[in-house]
Amino acid sequence: MSDDYGTTARTPLPRVKAADVSQVLHTPPKTPAHGHGDLAALAERYGLTVSGARPPLPEYVRQLWARRHFITAFATAKLTAQYSQAKLGQVWQVMTPLLNAAVYYFIFGVLLGTKQGVSDFIPFLVTGVFVWTFTQSSIMAGTRAIAGNLGLVRALHFPRAALPISFCLQQLQQLLFSMAALLIILFAVGVPPAPSWILVLPALTLQFIFNAGLSMILARLGAKTPDIAQLMPFILRTWMYISGVMWSIDNLISKHHGLPSWAADLLRANPAAVYIDLMRFALIDSFHASKLPPHVWVLAVGWALVAGVGGFIYFWKAEETYGRG
Amino acid sequence: MADNTDSATRTALTELMDEKIPTVIADSVDIIYRIHGTGSGRGSATAALNRILRPKQAEKASGIRTVHAVKKVSFVAYKGEAIGLIGTNGSGKSTLLKAIAGLQPVENGKIYTDGQPSLLGVNAALMGDLTGERNVYLGGLAMGMSREQIKERYQDIVDFSGINEKGDFISLPMRTYSSGMGSRLRFSIAAAKDHDVLLIDEALSTGDARFQARSAERIQEMRQHAGTVFLVSHSNSAIRETCERALWLERGELRMDGPTEEVLEAYEEFTSGKGKKK
Repeated sequence: MSDDYGTTARTPLPRVKAADVSQVLHTPPKTPAHGHGDLAALAERYGLTVSGARPPLPEYVRQLWARRHFITAFATAKLTAQYSQAKLGQVWQVMTPLLNAAVYYFIFGVLLGTKQGVSDFIPFLVTGVFVWTFTQSSIMAGTRAIAGNLGLVRALHFPRAALPISFCLQQLQQLLFSMAALLIILFAVGVPPAPSWILVLPALTLQFIFNAGLSMILARLGAKTPDIAQLMPFILRTWMYISGVMWSIDNLISKHHGLPSWAADLLRANPAAVYIDLMRFALIDSFHASKLPPHVWVLAVGWALVAGVGGFIYFWKAEETYGRG
Repeated sequence: MADNTDSATRTALTELMDEKIPTVIADSVDIIYRIHGTGSGRGSATAALNRILRPKQAEKASGIRTVHAVKKVSFVAYKGEAIGLIGTNGSGKSTLLKAIAGLQPVENGKIYTDGQPSLLGVNAALMGDLTGERNVYLGGLAMGMSREQIKERYQDIVDFSGINEKGDFISLPMRTYSSGMGSRLRFSIAAAKDHDVLLIDEALSTGDARFQARSAERIQEMRQHAGTVFLVSHSNSAIRETCERALWLERGELRMDGPTEEVLEAYEEFTSGKGKKK
């Protein structure tokens, strides 16, 4: 049976290398029984595939779909684990967004007075903060999705896109808790329920796709250069202030008469502003369609498709490199 | 030598079937690690700046070091084999295992596999803040099992881990477990899945003696189902019991490849000093 082991000879030749002082090393026999071409040919004959190679895109999508239960279970697990050590437990899921909104109300509503000219300022502000937080935390989580989970990436086999998507899903679940808090606020300030509330569903779906795409892009960047995670808070804060989270972009534009019209168009076409305004339009009856930017649904769908599809392909292109080194 | 006759009959059988089916082929594989941030101590802000300004020349000075972990390793593993990987610490055994699993890119050469080899290990997917029960599901899903499969095997997993022998611990968060209980549950989850090519890295040393015996038994069982098993262990007796073939890696080079007895004899001679036999 000794003939079964053809790769190297069995008996090592006791030869001492001059350079090895610490350890006596026998040099391994240098005559592999199979040559280079032989092994590749053998692999081909039995239909063996290269380990760790990137699957083609349709196959990748199929694998990802097969892991959908893992994606949802991982997101829910992360969400529940988040507050499991706190005394109040899951109450924080609703308390945290409410406190956030209170802080922003104090600063922007009371101290800076941006509420002038905005009707229903509290729901206006709270919707803005919640919807923005969804995008912001999805992107932040995406940036660390690979870099922060190297243990998982190096131990188990699954399409890596499952991680950024799962983190975005966790943020979406978090947002649903926030929306529950938002409904409480809406009732409290006397905004009546309306059929337009149903528009929340398509708006959120589109925003989720947009967020997932963007966080996949940043997951790839963050996996290569972890420094991105240090930079992101500044970029995101800038983005937040130009997205009309705490004030109305319309008011801002009408106040600055010198603003060129392309700049105004740009401010309105900003994806964060689009998704925030859609949500306000859906929920607040005094936020009329006239306040929406032109072609708002086209913009919302367009941004979702560009970021979602582009981000997915961009992420997949580097699939085999994640967790390297 | 019961083991030897056993594998001899197996070999005879495969010869009867006229061919051996390869499951893992390593074709002169090189693996090189690049490690950042090994610059000489000072937190290296200047080194970082240097790296940005002069990426090529500064590579050495700014502390990117390369470690050639596996050098020109070739072998063919066949269906039905259990192969032990031995070698002193840092000789590249675990690295090679990760590369077979496709989790560690190779620098040169190629590794061909039949299906997806998987490492036995699920630790990274589990969360201490969740109950044991939820971790069983989470771990199973992370390994690619379906919900139904996990539901089917759930009771087996819990029974095998022995977590509930001293009370209803499975419904407590995993962070409250003792380290032994934790590693038992982790092994039980990881061992619940059937694998084509199974890679085991020192999994036999968890838990108390009773659990060790049980897990050795489970590994034998998995061997019957899996096409090929690779086992990394520093316990020579574990290798002897489980494997009929052994690969000896030393400083990243494949020094020997052959029947376990022969390789282990040479290895033991090597580790116990010059020529002193155990």
